[in-house]
Amino acid sequence: MNQSNLGTYVLNTWCPGCGNFAILNAVKAVLGELNSEGLPLENIVLVSGIGCHAKIVDYLNVNSFYSIHGRAAPAAEGIKLADPKVKVIAFAGDGDAYGEGIEHLIFAAKRNIDITMIIHNNRVYGLTTGQYTPTSPLGFKGRSTPGGTIELPLNPLEVMLACGATFLGRGTSHGIELLKKLFKEAVMHKGFSLVDVLQVCVTYYNMYEYYDKKVYELKEHNPRDYNQALNKIREWDYNSDSPIALGAFYKKEIPAFDQKFPEPGAGRSDRDTKIKDLLKASI
Amino acid sequence: MNDFSVLIGGKAGFGIDKSGTVIGGLLNRLGLRVYIYRDYPSIIRGGHTFSIIRASKERVASHRNKADFILALNQDTFNFHKDKLKDDSVIIYDSDSVKLEGLSDKASSIAVPIAKIIKEEGAGEIMRNSCMIGAFVKAAGIKWELLENVFKKEFTRETELNLKVARRGYDEAKELTKIEGVSQEALPLISGNQAVGLGLLKAGLNTYISYPMTPTSPILHFLAEVADDFGLKVIHPESEIGVILMALGFSYMGKKAAMGTSGGGFCLMAEGLSFAGMSELPIAIVMGQRPGPSTGLPTYSAQTELHFVLNAGQGEFCRFIVAPGDTEEAYFWSGQALNLSWKYQIPSIIFTDKNLGEGVFNFDIDSIPDIKEEAPLLWDRKLPYKRYLNTESGVSPLAFAPEKEAAIKVNSYEHDESGITTEEPGLSALMSEKRLRKEKYLQKELDKFNTVKTYGNKDSEVALLCWGSNKGVCAELAQGLGLKVIQPLVLWPFPVKQFQEALKGIKKLICVESNATGQLSRLLKISGFNVDEQVLKYDGRPFSLDELEDKVRGMLK
Repeated sequence: MNQSNLGTYVLNTWCPGCGNFAILNAVKAVLGELNSEGLPLENIVLVSGIGCHAKIVDYLNVNSFYSIHGRAAPAAEGIKLADPKVKVIAFAGDGDAYGEGIEHLIFAAKRNIDITMIIHNNRVYGLTTGQYTPTSPLGFKGRSTPGGTIELPLNPLEVMLACGATFLGRGTSHGIELLKKLFKEAVMHKGFSLVDVLQVCVTYYNMYEYYDKKVYELKEHNPRDYNQALNKIREWDYNSDSPIALGAFYKKEIPAFDQKFPEPGAGRSDRDTKIKDLLKASI
Repeated sequence: MNDFSVLIGGKAGFGIDKSGTVIGGLLNRLGLRVYIYRDYPSIIRGGHTFSIIRASKERVASHRNKADFILALNQDTFNFHKDKLKDDSVIIYDSDSVKLEGLSDKASSIAVPIAKIIKEEGAGEIMRNSCMIGAFVKAAGIKWELLENVFKKEFTRETELNLKVARRGYDEAKELTKIEGVSQEALPLISGNQAVGLGLLKAGLNTYISYPMTPTSPILHFLAEVADDFGLKVIHPESEIGVILMALGFSYMGKKAAMGTSGGGFCLMAEGLSFAGMSELPIAIVMGQRPGPSTGLPTYSAQTELHFVLNAGQGEFCRFIVAPGDTEEAYFWSGQALNLSWKYQIPSIIFTDKNLGEGVFNFDIDSIPDIKEEAPLLWDRKLPYKRYLNTESGVSPLAFAPEKEAAIKVNSYEHDESGITTEEPGLSALMSEKRLRKEKYLQKELDKFNTVKTYGNKDSEVALLCWGSNKGVCAELAQGLGLKVIQPLVLWPFPVKQFQEALKGIKKLICVESNATGQLSRLLKISGFNVDEQVLKYDGRPFSLDELEDKVRGMLK
């Protein structure tokens, strides 16, 4: 496979102005770049959850596993453990990864398994037409909460840091260059990486203007310092009106789960003998 | 004495389970055939736990109402089981903690001051059972040397102390009877769970993924123990949802994965099962039944999930369901379930229950056909590759990443041949038909197997109908009463032809099941068969031979 055939024949059905286009274009660019640097495209497997974000796998002519809502992480983990040489990039929404499937995300981070999670965090359910998600701000008026939500959002990056994620970043759909940089770094990182993308849903929660005003790129930040990372992650809690930092918050190199997992292979050939031995020992 | 039962009981934490294994091992080495039923509550310490070890010249897989030996390590064992004593039974008891009040004058008893012995030898509480086994061996007229051999195998730690304690028990007791050996080769003694694990390994299992749940956790433990030897990956993830999604990830990459769970875990797997159906990713699930609803009786047995498993998962898709009834069937059909799952790219479900999974039986590998790992249908490299190529059989050739010439796309949405989402009506109908068509071919393939077994008197007009672990008790009863037994092994796709064949000449069909609503009877109705009588048991315990005999005799009048 080569870069020229990255797209498919599928008609794109995201809304005009959807923040997902930035993610798609950034991913295309990164895959192309990685390919030109010697990574065969067939060594990449894309995984998705369910939601608007997930259409991305239909738009890319790359191996893909179009999974179910909330379950991108465990599918990605199975794929990685089946063949550690493949790079697994999983896309998920905020309702998807931070709501329905957060248990899996927590454990994938805890294991520090070498997969990349790209979260299309538009802070609203798009495909089910506008309900609040785990990252919607307090008072969010969605179709299931017409009077406004009465619960605070969670800060997914803080959760992930606490769970043991070893690469954490944030970008927005109005910043494709940063997305490219973060995606590439996340994919190359040997361990669990997650990039939270403040991806705007133009139809149900258009935050372009707000984010444009609030975001800034991290400078003179040491991502290897846990406390600095925590402070920067806590600066904005997905609810308050504080500045929103973008970039790589945290990075740590420790052996990944898949690297520690013993590779089978030996022993497959003489299973008959081994079964007979086991049975003999059971007399 | 060539058909007898030994019941050993004590508090949970006394090592009753281990004692069962040791006594079973002793009797097995005498050439006897052995079956061990294990009964324990859902607690780690305390409560009452017991094992019944039945030994016979012939293969047996059921227990009796009476015991020939009762080994009481605590008062409960005597109180709860004294009705199992016959005139010629022997009761051996820890005289430091058990009082035999109300014992019939005819029963022989042996008092062993176990607590005192343990103290004098400086042995741990857990060694009480070694002392008891020593006394049993003497009372049963078994040679001391045999105990020594078995102890050396079973107790790798503190072997000498265990032997010393056992010898004290042995010396306290007197020989009351003589168990004769049988001159036939001893067979391996394994649990149903081990048989399942071995069958999966034989058929090329690459990965076993499971969240612990009684009664299938022992498969997880067993396979984790042997993983290195067999080049197997064993993973214990965060939940059964994680389990099945991980397994599907392995399957996508061409790696054969199996899982084990029980009803509650299977509930969580349902969405993944449906995903497997849509994405045509092969997986095998061992579904060990226990009584529900909900937590129910976690450490007991049932056959209550037949219709749940038949119907679990949204949408319509093909699945293979098999219910082995003994260790040989568990071994053979677990392997075949994995093979068939890959051949037809469907989920396979292997039904067990607590009685089969945690019960210990003999296993004769030479009595069953060899399991060969079968290669799935692979891509012929004709471009472009289409993961869901619409073929005559509905089975599309497989390719696995990384593959230079092809993007391999699987999808939970309705999809076209390339795996890309579609909502187009004509294509949706076509792909649905493609997936369902596989069942017809699977059914045809199953004709090659013995999917409905019969036992007993083949000329009888009365047949006992059973599935899964009730096979053992039904087969033994039928032998005694001159009846026929019909056991469908494959439950879906239901083997209509073979079942019809088995029914020939039958005027009365008695369905024996461990549930309250007659689930197999209900399944048969769908295929146009009716049963005449039902024997249902739903207290979590297995049928004893005597109990089933009483019920069936009543129906024969």
